[in-house]
Amino acid sequence: MRPIPVLLAPLILVLAITEAPAGATESSGRRVAHDQERGNCLACHRMPADPGAETNADMGPTLENIRQRYPDRADLRQRIWDARAFNPDTIMPPYGRHRILTEEEIDQVVDYIHGL
Amino acid sequence: MRLAALVLGAGLSGMFGGSAAAPEDDRRAYVQFFQARFPAVPLDDYVLGSFMLNAAGRRHYEDIMAFPPFEPDIDRGRALWETPFPNGRTYADCLPDGGRMLAGTYPRYDAEQRRVVTFEMLLNRCRTDNGEAAYRYDDRDTMGVLTAYARTLSDGMRMAIRVESPEAVARYEAGRAFFERRIGQMNFSCANCHVQNAGRVMRMEVISPALGQAPHFPVFRGGDALYTLHARYTRCMEQVRAEPLPMGSETFNDLEYFHSYMSNGLPLKASVYRR
Ligand code: HEC
Ligand code: HEC
Repeated sequence: MRPIPVLLAPLILVLAITEAPAGATESSGRRVAHDQERGNCLACHRMPADPGAETNADMGPTLENIRQRYPDRADLRQRIWDARAFNPDTIMPPYGRHRILTEEEIDQVVDYIHGL
Repeated sequence: MRLAALVLGAGLSGMFGGSAAAPEDDRRAYVQFFQARFPAVPLDDYVLGSFMLNAAGRRHYEDIMAFPPFEPDIDRGRALWETPFPNGRTYADCLPDGGRMLAGTYPRYDAEQRRVVTFEMLLNRCRTDNGEAAYRYDDRDTMGVLTAYARTLSDGMRMAIRVESPEAVARYEAGRAFFERRIGQMNFSCANCHVQNAGRVMRMEVISPALGQAPHFPVFRGGDALYTLHARYTRCMEQVRAEPLPMGSETFNDLEYFHSYMSNGLPLKASVYRR
């Protein structure tokens, strides 16, 4: 690999720094997603990329390769906010429209799910 | 929405659709739907609930049923049953055949009262006709244990709910409408879970089919926590974050009427273990 040009180094440093809060958000998203009183996503979805996601659920599709399948996070967010936009008969709870989660919690969950 | 529309998509709903569809057509459609999903399970096994779907769970159930830890509750119910009212009469005197082989014919539509009457209401009627106060439908220590015993007197009888007059059909339809209505913050109907997703796993728990649910109540969850059928309805409503209706309410009675009719022909087996 070629050495990183000197000029780019500060940029990478900045990126690394801005990644840190994103990492922190990810862990709160995980908590919201797993919490039975909040997201409770594990009631319906398996998440094989997260070894701590304990569930035998098969009511919803396995959540995997999300980043590839949802390159646009807004699509993913919309699904979680109200999945009825995609399937009017869905059983997935409308997390945003019914205020099951706050807008901030939904953002956190999107961060976490996007990494699965 | 008719079952067919719910589970098969709108295209096939015409098969069962039409406003005059008889309850018996509904029941056959449910049986066909579940038998197609679980072709290996004999119909009588549906009263086992989700245990019907796995051999290990079923063995666990049978082990516990061999020495039920909830026997003391049934005995308390028997004591209530056998204690005469102040006038010397008993529940057995008040009911046809001493209350044997009876519970499987309830709920019934009562044309005089113009409402659905449950087996528990019948027991309360014995009380009030004999000068006693009615029990509360949400009181596990009185009505709960009393029915936990009284229903076992009908163990083995085949469910035989009748829905005949137009007024009775209207109550049945009200029950079915509630069963299919999306409720609560989670936006679920009973049918979403116990028809559409029956046999699937919610987190760690297999969801039982609606067929076979009514004939085995009350249940003892975890071996000792008594749940009447209405208490279980309440629990499921809480799970979807809906405001639970009162046990013994007219809507629950209508729901029970529909829900029990679906299990016609299945063997009643009251007071069983559940997880
Ligand atoms: C009660 C069941 C249930 C719960 C709880 C649930 N989902 Fe879903 N989810 C589904 C179903 C069913 C689908 C399939 C598509 C549909 O019917 O909308 C789905 C689809 C999805 C999809 C699209 C998957 C794909 O393969 O494209 C995502 C992403 C998703 N859910 C995320 C979540 C997140 C995040 C949570 C928790 C905050 C959650 N779900 C909670 C049932 C559920
Ligand atoms: C979000 C899913 C869900 C919804 C909605 C739901 N239930 Fe349940 N229900 C369950 C689960 C999970 C259980 C426990 C496992 C099982 O089925 O035995 C259960 C258990 C039951 C049982 C006990 C079964 C047994 O064999 O002991 C009955 C009866 C029941 N539900 C009726 C209803 C009714 C009536 C409604 C609508 C008011 C309803 N449920 C709505 C998930 C649900």
